Amino acid sequence: MKFLTTNFLKCSVKSCDISNDSFPLKYNGETCKIEQTPLDTVTTTNPADGSDIDEEYINYEFLLGIIDRLDWNAVLEVAQDLGNTSLPASKPSLTMDGDFNETSADHNTMINNNKALLRDLQILLMQTNIVEGDMKCKNCGHVYYIKNGIPNLLLPPHLA
Amino acid sequence: MSRPEDLAPPEVFYNESESSKYTTNTRVQHIQAKMTLRALELLNLEKSSFILDVGCGSGLSGEILSEDNHVWCGMDISPDMLQQGLEREVDGDIMLQDMGQGIPFRAGSFDAAISISAIQWLCNADTSYNDPKQRLMRFFNTLFGCLKKNGKFVAQFYPKDDSQTDQILQASKIAGFSGGLVVDNPESKKNRKYYLVLTSGSGSSDI
Ligand SMILES: [Zn+2]
Repeated sequence: MKFLTTNFLKCSVKSCDISNDSFPLKYNGETCKIEQTPLDTVTTTNPADGSDIDEEYINYEFLLGIIDRLDWNAVLEVAQDLGNTSLPASKPSLTMDGDFNETSADHNTMINNNKALLRDLQILLMQTNIVEGDMKCKNCGHVYYIKNGIPNLLLPPHLA
Repeated sequence: MSRPEDLAPPEVFYNESESSKYTTNTRVQHIQAKMTLRALELLNLEKSSFILDVGCGSGLSGEILSEDNHVWCGMDISPDMLQQGLEREVDGDIMLQDMGQGIPFRAGSFDAAISISAIQWLCNADTSYNDPKQRLMRFFNTLFGCLKKNGKFVAQFYPKDDSQTDQILQASKIAGFSGGLVVDNPESKKNRKYYLVLTSGSGSSDI
């Protein structure tokens, strides 16, 4: 399960719907095993001499679209659960260049101005996976397990 | 052919051998791919999005989402199907979940949601504690909540009969969705396909 998902996943139990404590889940630092997958590479052609260039694949468009939706406090909380306390205290903001709008030229400027930040976000959100472990709802205390990277969110009949 | 929905609950029906049969059957793959592409067309997304795949199975539909650079989370109730997904190393996050228990994501998580050949299972009562009406409502209420405002949900499904379609549509409306049903190849009993096309939030529907 990607770190990204921890920023959206909450407790399934119906009576936890209205609680502010059902998100984020509390990840167990003792049991959670983290794996980082290397960035994919994409091969493009060098326009100068036609040779192949290997470039890191970063899903810029997705990241630009998701950044507003990130709950940074939850990012910090879960990162801390998992033993990472080195993230910036507030959500990094994108460097805007003039009036950002959706035209593709501005879009590219936006990406170019924020490459390092977007690469960091790609690694944190998309390449960092919880492969084993468990997490608990801070409201009802229900524990969910992750095995082989798959969280088991099924509720027993008495909680469903 | 009998409907799998009538034989046993999905987690029982899609056991290891059925799951691998289903996933490796090229005809099934082809049909699933075609329906996923059609669902994507109906979603009409402009850019790389965060998508929920309800009843993702082994990730056949998810792989098509990945090809378009979308990032997805998939839920399925069959561990064997998810195992197939693991073996095929799908890019999306897959999780063991029962859609009738609700979609456990915070408000406004996803740009859109899709479902291929799954939501008719909600209409089944497999156990004494499974009330289809309640499960449908729980599903649509929580799905509505976890979609961004004006986020779309497109679901291809196999209704048993018209009353099942009505039941599904009605539950979606009560949850606050607008939209309706798109039927492809309505004249062909064999190739007819049903797509539920819904938008969260009011606003006028374009179908
Ligand atoms: Zn809870």
